[in-house]
Amino acid sequence: MRFALPLAVLIALLALFAVGLQRDPRRVPSPLIGKPAPAFDLPTIALPGPPGAAPPPARMTQADLRGAPVLVNFFASWCAGCQDEHPFLMELARSGEVRLVGIDYKDAESDLRRWLGRHGDPYAVVLSDLSGNTGIDWGVYGVPETFVLDAQGRIVFKQIGPLTPEAWQRIRPLLQGSAS
Amino acid sequence: MRYALAALLLACAMSAVRAQVETPKPPIPLDARQEAQYKALLPELRCLVCQNESLADSQAPLAADLRYEIRGLIAKGASDADVKRYLVARYGEFVLYRPRLEARTLLLWGGPFLLLLAACAGVLSYARRRARPAAPPPVDEGALRRLLEEQDR
Repeated sequence: MRFALPLAVLIALLALFAVGLQRDPRRVPSPLIGKPAPAFDLPTIALPGPPGAAPPPARMTQADLRGAPVLVNFFASWCAGCQDEHPFLMELARSGEVRLVGIDYKDAESDLRRWLGRHGDPYAVVLSDLSGNTGIDWGVYGVPETFVLDAQGRIVFKQIGPLTPEAWQRIRPLLQGSAS
Repeated sequence: MRYALAALLLACAMSAVRAQVETPKPPIPLDARQEAQYKALLPELRCLVCQNESLADSQAPLAADLRYEIRGLIAKGASDADVKRYLVARYGEFVLYRPRLEARTLLLWGGPFLLLLAACAGVLSYARRRARPAAPPPVDEGALRRLLEEQDR
């Protein structure tokens, strides 16, 4: 009985540490969740898409992301994590489950073309954020980062780091909820 | 071992170094007062790439970009609060080394005082318990009387 209180405090502290130490401090929650996608106006990069596909418009804005759920993937040819997630993005593109929009972050167009040529192009359209200003407006602090937008152009989820199959399992129900 | 090391070094030297593209940006001039504001504000802001460095110290490309943005904002007459609002809207409260006092951060600011209060209460109750004199042991009145009578004899 004498030790009941100290023991309770100790257990509470241990529980706090157990939860706290398992959280990754590198994953900073985005304040943009639940908000409309930040404005942008970026040039698209003309890429050899599937035969017969219409070429993308020369520029796109956040308004062009509305209408259907979409994954906005900030990536770059110089980024190692992007190479890690790339095979899964290719798989996702083949499944046709969701539209993938790539934003090429602070990257030379020639590097991007070579990189997509080597690894494959999973994107419906690729935009070029050469200055990194759109990245700043979206709160990107390290590529790859993937934003999940619902049909209304609202950010419902942000994946920091490579998009893994496990992350996709968590994202998929969010898209189904927003589509209906 | 030496050959392996040499091969590794060679491989490193030969692998194409791809890096972020830095677009050239014209420097943003600030007047003396704005420059002072800029210098004082930067150490208050966290670089999200290398989280234990401030925007003033960080060598990360993103930190350089953000420094440039902040210079631009200050040149346009933004106050410290304006700059902080700009960053918090994008990266969250975490960019501020000194979080603002608001409902969400109340526990963060008040927590240490709550702990101090709890510790004080604990010490006080412990001290009270110790200061209270222990009750005298029950006296066997009969035995006492007999002893006194024996002495008087």
